[in-house]
Amino acid sequence: MNPDRRSFLLGTGKLLVLSTAASVAWEAIVAGRPETATNYTMTDHWWAMVVDIESCIGCGICLRACKEENDVPRMPQYFRTWVERYRVNPSDLEHPVVDSPNGGYDGFPGKGDPDPDAKHFFVPKLCNHCADSPCVQVCPVGATFVSPDGVVLVDKTYCLGCRYCVQACPYGCRFIDPRTSTVDKCTLCYHRITKGLTTACCETCPTGARQLGDLKNKKDPIHQFLLGHHVLVLKPQMATGAKVYYNGLDGSVR
Amino acid sequence: MESVLPAIQGFMYPNEMELQWGVLVVLYPFITGLVAGAFILASLERVFNVDAIKPTYRLALLTALAFLLVAPLPLQLHLGHPERSLEMYLTPHTVSAMAMFGFVYLWYLMVVLVLEVWLDYRKEIVLMWRESRGPKRWLYGAMALWSDNISPASLALDDRIGRALTVIGIPSAFLLHGYVGFIFGSVKANPWWSTPLMPIVFLFSAIVSGIAAVMLVYMVTAWWRERRFDMECLDTVARYLFYAFVVDFSLEMLDLIHRIYEADESFRALDFMVHTSLYTSQVILQILVGTVVPLSMLGLVQLVRMGEKTRRRIYGTAGLLTLIGIFAMRWNVVIGGQLFSKSFLGYTVYKMEWATREGLLPAILLLILPFVILAVLIKLLPPWGSQRHGA
Amino acid sequence: MSGWLKDKEHLARMAGLFALGITAFFVFRWVMVPAGFGLYGHYRPGALDDARARPLHYAGRAACEDCHADVVAARVGSRHARIGCEACHGPLFAHVQAGGEKKPARPDSRILCARCHETSPWKPKAFPQVVVAEHSPEGPCVACHKPHAPKMS
Repeated sequence: MNPDRRSFLLGTGKLLVLSTAASVAWEAIVAGRPETATNYTMTDHWWAMVVDIESCIGCGICLRACKEENDVPRMPQYFRTWVERYRVNPSDLEHPVVDSPNGGYDGFPGKGDPDPDAKHFFVPKLCNHCADSPCVQVCPVGATFVSPDGVVLVDKTYCLGCRYCVQACPYGCRFIDPRTSTVDKCTLCYHRITKGLTTACCETCPTGARQLGDLKNKKDPIHQFLLGHHVLVLKPQMATGAKVYYNGLDGSVR
Repeated sequence: MESVLPAIQGFMYPNEMELQWGVLVVLYPFITGLVAGAFILASLERVFNVDAIKPTYRLALLTALAFLLVAPLPLQLHLGHPERSLEMYLTPHTVSAMAMFGFVYLWYLMVVLVLEVWLDYRKEIVLMWRESRGPKRWLYGAMALWSDNISPASLALDDRIGRALTVIGIPSAFLLHGYVGFIFGSVKANPWWSTPLMPIVFLFSAIVSGIAAVMLVYMVTAWWRERRFDMECLDTVARYLFYAFVVDFSLEMLDLIHRIYEADESFRALDFMVHTSLYTSQVILQILVGTVVPLSMLGLVQLVRMGEKTRRRIYGTAGLLTLIGIFAMRWNVVIGGQLFSKSFLGYTVYKMEWATREGLLPAILLLILPFVILAVLIKLLPPWGSQRHGA
Repeated sequence: MSGWLKDKEHLARMAGLFALGITAFFVFRWVMVPAGFGLYGHYRPGALDDARARPLHYAGRAACEDCHADVVAARVGSRHARIGCEACHGPLFAHVQAGGEKKPARPDSRILCARCHETSPWKPKAFPQVVVAEHSPEGPCVACHKPHAPKMS
């Protein structure tokens, strides 16, 4: 199936699934009273995400949307999500050439340094919201946790700023917010998905390379997608129970 | 953050370019290591009856106490929110090794050290209470808990309990420092740290550093008081230092050889790091200057007859080099573990600042502070003179 | 001094001190542990509410369709049909909440369009891309390509 049709189906499916809940919640949100939105039962959901490498064009719009939506520090090198650019010599998976200038915020302008004999692709990265999260395991006080609906969150009023979780994350997705001296990271736009909206990055991705999925919802198109494609998670040997599934992930991706 | 960017080599995940744990986090295991090591030395005399080192018994206890009082300070300075650190007592996350800190520390401070020092010194405390005037009288009275019974029966009871405390204290010391090793050793995300050997390597290097520290403190205080050095004591302490060092060195070499032999996915990146950014601190300071040289010097003393003056010089030099080497080891573990990218494709640098909360200046002050406290403790509770089971 | 306490009085006092300390600790704990801690797991359940209470900046494409049905119609079947409105127009929740006021500025097409469509070997081969400097040395992209239905017939 060509990338266009696939992402179209995913996108429309998502819209159909979310719009019912969304429209009900919407009235309450616009009225400025989000707490009266649809009753959201945490145990009805188990959130995940699908990233389609074959569709990602490295435009960086997801990054910008995330920084806007979640008030991520604008100064360089603090990212809840970022995009990496890979150039891989087909016979040498162990030495990819990778870069991520300002995380891809400006969309990788310029010609770069392509190699006609190599393969090239983008890899968007974010918190994998691991089911067996090593970062949650090491927090000494319980300031980070896996919510009942599968999202790894940080309690900013409780975090000590000891940075143990930053060390324990194999994917480098956590950072210390210099403004609050506590840990910050992708929350899967928890404030949006609990109101029937999708994440900021998925909402604005122009090619549908990023799609939110609810593994507990039988009608969610993620099930069809995972059935029909060969997917990988990052660093599967770490057995973190990562829930961001990559389609088209190359063996050279770190 | 921006200052680190130009120094990045290769590729690092954007969020890992700036180091999370700096010199203060290096300092913490160094200090608790000294505590554990000093206590193990003291226990050699109390539990295993190595009588020759009796002159160092009380000194070792006071050294351990002085360093333990300072131990939480580098951590407090490092935390983003030190005012929330009490949460470790309120809601400790028991699967996290770090959550153990509060309780292990408190246990060790109150039950093992303070109790033991109190029981060992109680006779002198009561005597000084009776003899002093003014604020000192109140202080000693409080320390005696206003009980002035120093009959032989009560002192004998103190001695028995003290001995039991020392026995409990040995595994407690193992726990106090071992868990720090586990904090690093259990992080599967970091191949430089993740090894089951880590708690054991930490523990033995702690014992080495603690014995070296007490040996040096003994030599300095003996020189300061212009007393004769008890060479039998010094020779024995140095011998135990040598034994501990042999085990420590073997363990570290085992880890190294194992890594080189297995050569897993992280090996090339780590190997490059050890040959470049970590070369001075790992190969020169830790291995050569800090381990091979003092180990050879101490080994030489075991094999060749030498005069007292030569032996003292060797012990002093070896002791100092040992402490430098063990500090370098902590540095290499903590800083080294963050200099390379978890993508194994890049490296960063550690920009240590000078006079900020996590800078070098507070680190230096925190290293000096225990000696200041030790001086006060020695003044309050002199470790020489009439010791019940001391010299 | 009673019989069994003889020579142990100091130990009793120390034990009393310890008991006091331990009791104080439990009282302190009872006062200070946050309400509901441990309800769902080892964390403060209020943290879930905090996470949910974050303000919105992006409205989501469904919100745009309420007022801009003409644009929706224009996009049907176009190559840009599946792109969210805010991907190009930026966060619009404030615009929705203001009932249509606080209109967003028009994006500069040369910068915005090039983000996706500038040729790059890293982009999928099938994705439409041009070397913008050669394709159109100057002038806005929208001079020829209507952004909501960009394919030139």
